Amino acid sequence: MSSATVTEEAASGRLWDRFSIKTKRVIWAWTFLALPILFYAGIRFYPTVQAFWLSLTNWDLLRPAKFIGFANYAKMFADPLFWKVFQNTFLYLIIGTPLSLVISFVIAFYLDRVRFAHGLIRALYFLPFLTTAAAMGWVWRWFYQPLPVGVINGLLGSLGLEQQPFLRSTTQALPSILVPAIWAGLGFQIIIFMAGLRAIPSTFYEAARIDGLGEWAILRKITIPLLKPTTVFLVVFSSIGFLRIFDQVYNMTSNDPGGPLNSTKPLVLMIYQTAFSSYQMGYAAAQTVVLFTILLVVSLLQLWVLREKK
Amino acid sequence: MTAMTASKTELAANRRDIRPGRIIAWTLLFVGGLIMVTPLLFMFSTSLKTAGQVYDLRLIPAAPTLDNYIKVLSDGRFMRWFFNSTLIALTVTVSNVFFDSLVGYTLAKFEFRGRYFVFLAILSTLMIPTEMLVIPWYLMSSQLGWIDSYWGIMFPGMMTAFGTFLMKQFFEGVPNDFLEAARVDGLNEFTIWWKIAMPMVVPAISALAIFTFLGNWTAFFWPLIVTTSKELYTLPVGLSSFAVEQSIQWELIMTGAALATIPTLIVFLALQRYIVRGVMLAGLKG
Repeated sequence: MSSATVTEEAASGRLWDRFSIKTKRVIWAWTFLALPILFYAGIRFYPTVQAFWLSLTNWDLLRPAKFIGFANYAKMFADPLFWKVFQNTFLYLIIGTPLSLVISFVIAFYLDRVRFAHGLIRALYFLPFLTTAAAMGWVWRWFYQPLPVGVINGLLGSLGLEQQPFLRSTTQALPSILVPAIWAGLGFQIIIFMAGLRAIPSTFYEAARIDGLGEWAILRKITIPLLKPTTVFLVVFSSIGFLRIFDQVYNMTSNDPGGPLNSTKPLVLMIYQTAFSSYQMGYAAAQTVVLFTILLVVSLLQLWVLREKK
Repeated sequence: MTAMTASKTELAANRRDIRPGRIIAWTLLFVGGLIMVTPLLFMFSTSLKTAGQVYDLRLIPAAPTLDNYIKVLSDGRFMRWFFNSTLIALTVTVSNVFFDSLVGYTLAKFEFRGRYFVFLAILSTLMIPTEMLVIPWYLMSSQLGWIDSYWGIMFPGMMTAFGTFLMKQFFEGVPNDFLEAARVDGLNEFTIWWKIAMPMVVPAISALAIFTFLGNWTAFFWPLIVTTSKELYTLPVGLSSFAVEQSIQWELIMTGAALATIPTLIVFLALQRYIVRGVMLAGLKG
């Protein structure tokens, strides 16, 4: 048995044996990479190029795509709905990112010092991160209902406060959708902030105390500056999350997606409706290119901020 | 026993630090934590109430009943969606653990011309948002007959740049001596990766696996687009369509939401330490 295998190997391995060890390793490397390269080329790069191309066509699923230049972009920039959606998307970002970062930093800062029941408290904050946005969208939607159903209005009523329309109001609906989005992401941000806080060497703090710095000065002069890489990572991570918000909006406004009166509609929901409700694929592709550009700028800003430090 | 003595000594050591400020901070943190889980508590509580009790906003149901669960589970739809989500999330996770590790290892431990280019090319795909790819993916799926199939839901996520980058970072920390020793012993490169290198990066693998599973279990956007028949919905998409159908029967909607939430909570309770460590690992390296 074993001798047969050896001769077989020798026969098939004659060519293989002629290669140097270095060449053999190069061949192994490309063998390992072959399927992944096909995947990234076919499922990532080709579709990216195709999205750019489709954004220059009038493709609508029925007729073959026809090149129409920048007509989709012209249409988009002339469409008041696009600018409304653009504004909403940035409202999610501008309110959501700072608010969630400040809250999660404060919680992480204190939770890091807590010894008693540390694991339990951490778990309470972390649990919402593990939920499904689609499910939680419905839970929060129920919370926001008018009486006699809604929990929040029930609470307001028992405190003698005025009832609020929440999701039915054009001004309150967007913040109402932001709350569950922030709520679900807090646990992740707290854990990352705590990891960042622990990575700061305690010698820095000891030196600061010897120099007689107070708690507040230590926070401002040591903790916050040394936490910059963590903060930048979280700013970018949560910014990208808020710019791509979809699940919560779709589920909390499903009777009139993005409503009332488009006051909650983010860019991704507009893309979804343009592509899969109106089947204007070319127009939707142009909207995805805009989303791509916004996200690219945010990511490049991160690289720039981090590079400047060195 | 040992845990108790340890916490006792810890308490003794911290006794000097117990000041009113600390107690207030702890209480505020704890109350904040309770507020964080309130939506989940209300969801479970309402799922145990009858239709008549829904308007009673007390947290603890007067007469808890499992009727809603029986009702929701009886037609088998939720079981099917649960099965779909589990199968899809598991398959995608196995694929990511295999391929992201293999590529990460190759980029970390092999020297060949073009290595840096391949790395940059894969890394650059992090910049491309899924939303930009869904229209071409949809076109591709309809041409290849992948619409409304498991493969159609899974194919975009079979490998990720994030996972590849994470694994590369960890394989760089594996000492070359071990790999050289295995090479001298005559093991082939695939076996060296699988039998020698992989066991040395188990924490990274578990972090990657947890993230991939959770991400695919909760995924909504692409499954919503690529599925058309109810039998192939994933749990989030199925729940969404179920909730639209029920419209104002909140006790049934909350039961559905609870059914979609319970599995991840169970997994969390079982794996809490690994998940938190995984988030930290991924956050710091990525």
